[in-house]
Amino acid sequence: MSDYILEMKGIVKEFPGVKALDNVNFKVKRGEIHCLVGENGAGKSTLMKVLSGVYPHGTYSGDIVYDGEVQAFKKIADSEAKGIVIIYQELALIPELSLYENIYFGHEIVKGKAIDWNETIVQASKMLEKVKLKADPSMKVKELGVGNQQLVEIAKALSKNVKLLILDEPTASLNEDDSQNLLQLLRELKNQGVTCIMISHKLREITAIADTITVLRDGSTICSLDATERTIEEAEIIKHMVGREMDNIYPKREKKEFGEKALELKDWTVFDPAKNREILHSVNINIRKGEIVGIQGLMGAGRTELALSIFGNPTGYKITNGKLFMDGKEVRFKHPKEAINQGLAYVTEDRKGNGLILMQDIRYNITIANLEALVEGIAINENEEINVANRYKDSINIKAPSIEQKVGNLSGGNQQKVQIAKWMFAGPNVLILDEPTRGIDVGAKFEIYSLMNKLVDEGMSIIMISSELPEVLGMSDRLYVMSEGTITGELSIEEATEEKVMAMAIKS
Amino acid sequence: MGENKQAGGLGQEIVTLLKSNIRDYMMYIALVLIMGFFAFKTGGGFLQARNISNLINQAGYVAVMAIGMTIILIIVHIDLSVGYVAGFCGAVAAILMTKYNVNEWLAILIVLVLGLLVGLYQGLLVTRVGVPAFVATLAGMFIFRGLLNLSLQETGTIIIPNEGFNALSNGFIPDITGGSIHVLTLIIGIVIAVLMIFSEIKTRKNKLKYNFDVTSTPIFVAKLVVISAIIMVIIWTLAKYQGLPWTAVIVAVVLLIYNYMLNKTKLGRAIYGIGGNAQAAELSGINVKNVTLFAFCSVSVMAALGGVLYASRLQSATPTAGLGFEMDAIASSYIGGVAVSGGIGRVTNTIIGALVIMSLTNGMNLMGVDISYQYIVKGIIFIIAVAFDVRTRKK
Repeated sequence: MSDYILEMKGIVKEFPGVKALDNVNFKVKRGEIHCLVGENGAGKSTLMKVLSGVYPHGTYSGDIVYDGEVQAFKKIADSEAKGIVIIYQELALIPELSLYENIYFGHEIVKGKAIDWNETIVQASKMLEKVKLKADPSMKVKELGVGNQQLVEIAKALSKNVKLLILDEPTASLNEDDSQNLLQLLRELKNQGVTCIMISHKLREITAIADTITVLRDGSTICSLDATERTIEEAEIIKHMVGREMDNIYPKREKKEFGEKALELKDWTVFDPAKNREILHSVNINIRKGEIVGIQGLMGAGRTELALSIFGNPTGYKITNGKLFMDGKEVRFKHPKEAINQGLAYVTEDRKGNGLILMQDIRYNITIANLEALVEGIAINENEEINVANRYKDSINIKAPSIEQKVGNLSGGNQQKVQIAKWMFAGPNVLILDEPTRGIDVGAKFEIYSLMNKLVDEGMSIIMISSELPEVLGMSDRLYVMSEGTITGELSIEEATEEKVMAMAIKS
Repeated sequence: MGENKQAGGLGQEIVTLLKSNIRDYMMYIALVLIMGFFAFKTGGGFLQARNISNLINQAGYVAVMAIGMTIILIIVHIDLSVGYVAGFCGAVAAILMTKYNVNEWLAILIVLVLGLLVGLYQGLLVTRVGVPAFVATLAGMFIFRGLLNLSLQETGTIIIPNEGFNALSNGFIPDITGGSIHVLTLIIGIVIAVLMIFSEIKTRKNKLKYNFDVTSTPIFVAKLVVISAIIMVIIWTLAKYQGLPWTAVIVAVVLLIYNYMLNKTKLGRAIYGIGGNAQAAELSGINVKNVTLFAFCSVSVMAALGGVLYASRLQSATPTAGLGFEMDAIASSYIGGVAVSGGIGRVTNTIIGALVIMSLTNGMNLMGVDISYQYIVKGIIFIIAVAFDVRTRKK
């Protein structure tokens, strides 16, 4: 059978400074379940956004052939009109509206000028039947659990006469029963002729359901494995996902002497009222003076939540159990300020979103977390402040005409250096770096790695949260692996291999 | 780097300077155009010493309220209640002085504390309960309008007899001699100009020391000369008349305190940080809730002060006091360059914004323009200013 419903040929998509997709070829057979796998940042979501028209025709190069015709989608509505529907990880339902209103939201059934609500309810009931959801169509979406909400999303897709259904990590937030239920539904849809592309990190599900598995890595297609002819082992997929040459971009550190425990978490359990579920389950980790500890895990594993819950908990989680020790003393921070005062610092994952104040200059951003050090009486000593900012600008090589440059105008790597300078000036004992090299170029990465080595040599402890495996393996002295809010493993750097880590990271 | 020496020379530099600071310059240009227009239309009456004094006295209450409002707008909140808070506070001051014979200075102090309490109430609603500022202060608008009416229900308009109180917005600083020229005013003017020149030179020297960009010497000197000239012209005009109004002194003190706070203290840094990115500020150790609470307290205290100045100006407390003050305060801030998206704004520029708004009011009053048209004209100027601001920031 060589009837392809979709062929994406030579797709290249560039963002400023990054080639997200580099000549990707991707073919999907009619009526199959096709799984797309790859590490975070491999380009899976970008590829699907190109397909669905989120990135309109003209912003990428290459061809999309769908149903035998070259397509030029300008917007999502264009691809939906052809029966391509994408369901995102974050569901796009409106909690306060009923199931039937949600299912036909955006493509309402109309009679004359007005919406025909009776017909809508009848049709919605049929769609719900198809996805085997026994629920009253007039109940509100928020009254359903996440698993059933996922089914409503699929019912919505069906109501659009979907031919090619794309699911982005559909089981990421589902429990085991709901996941099995969903996978069974996908098999039935397949029998009814719906083609399905599923992005997933859960290899067990993939090997159970996929007809074809395509692996993406660093924006390129690595291979397409046919799972109908032979059984594909998880190990084989992992090998393709991570199988890149270990670059020699990690500077070596000579001195490796670790002191006392600088920070320790015992049975740290955290509940998120906004999501109404426990997000961290009895986490136990520790870090010694002069040590770099990596925390590896895929997106959504709970790493950032862990960092925030330690760092003064600004997002308002409920810490339901567990203890935090710094230098052997039990502490509990009510605000980031208290954490900073006790020698903790946190370089956020999203430097533009919650790390830097982009409209302010370098000087402002470097000193903002430790202005106390510059205050004389009630005023800030600006001369001293300028000296401090200039010192960091020179010592860690922030490339900018002057410290009066707005941070928003700097490149990603230099912005990251400003973030690190800000926390260096605060003088922490433990520095948490969350995805420290995301979206920055190789040269700046090397500089940041060297800086990390220098800081731990001076006695600081660094917790490096990262989803980039090579980086974690290249920089850490020891590492923890996280999956779904649980520490699933601890490895010394000697025993850690990419395969081992990846296996722990996708353990559920 | 350092002193600007571009290939195109002075002309080139002026063009670059104009282009990069167009937002600030437009405000001054607008003010000059508006003043010029009214001077022309009123046959010079607008610029007469008497009217300039009047203008300052009239603009005082708006200026202090706009300064408070600027902080609120920088942190991307709003306070709609300031108008009636001002009206209510003015009425309370009048009642204290007339009915209870409270000393005028004590009455003012009580009213400022009352403002602080109002700010605490609204600030806690916003920061601790989580009511959006728009809603919390809209409700405040209702409540304080009601309280204002209630407090003056029995008496109607209260005439304030206290001379000290009324001097705040009608009186002038005393003179040291007795001649026809107000000498103390002149001395103050000269001191201000000299201090301004010294501080500018010091800042420039510092910037050169750290290799920052500065304007070239001719432009720097020209700027100093123009600003000193403007100060001296205004001072001379006032000195020929009755001298410096007390209102100007009060506004200047408030302005100096706020300007210092915003530019030199941790609190000021925190305010700009919250406006720029509240999440990042919180993660940098700034207590966003407490700073927000401070901003609401400060704006309400300024509203109370505005209410005092307004009552002093009218020498009475009336049930209509406060109507539309919040509009003037918000418009002054935005015309003065506070970014609609927050994080940017200067109280010194807000004063210029307040002058623009009050020049419009004063000038149109002199021309005898109907109040309905006045509202429409102010609304149009406001929209032009904000639209211009949004467009020029988009670059």
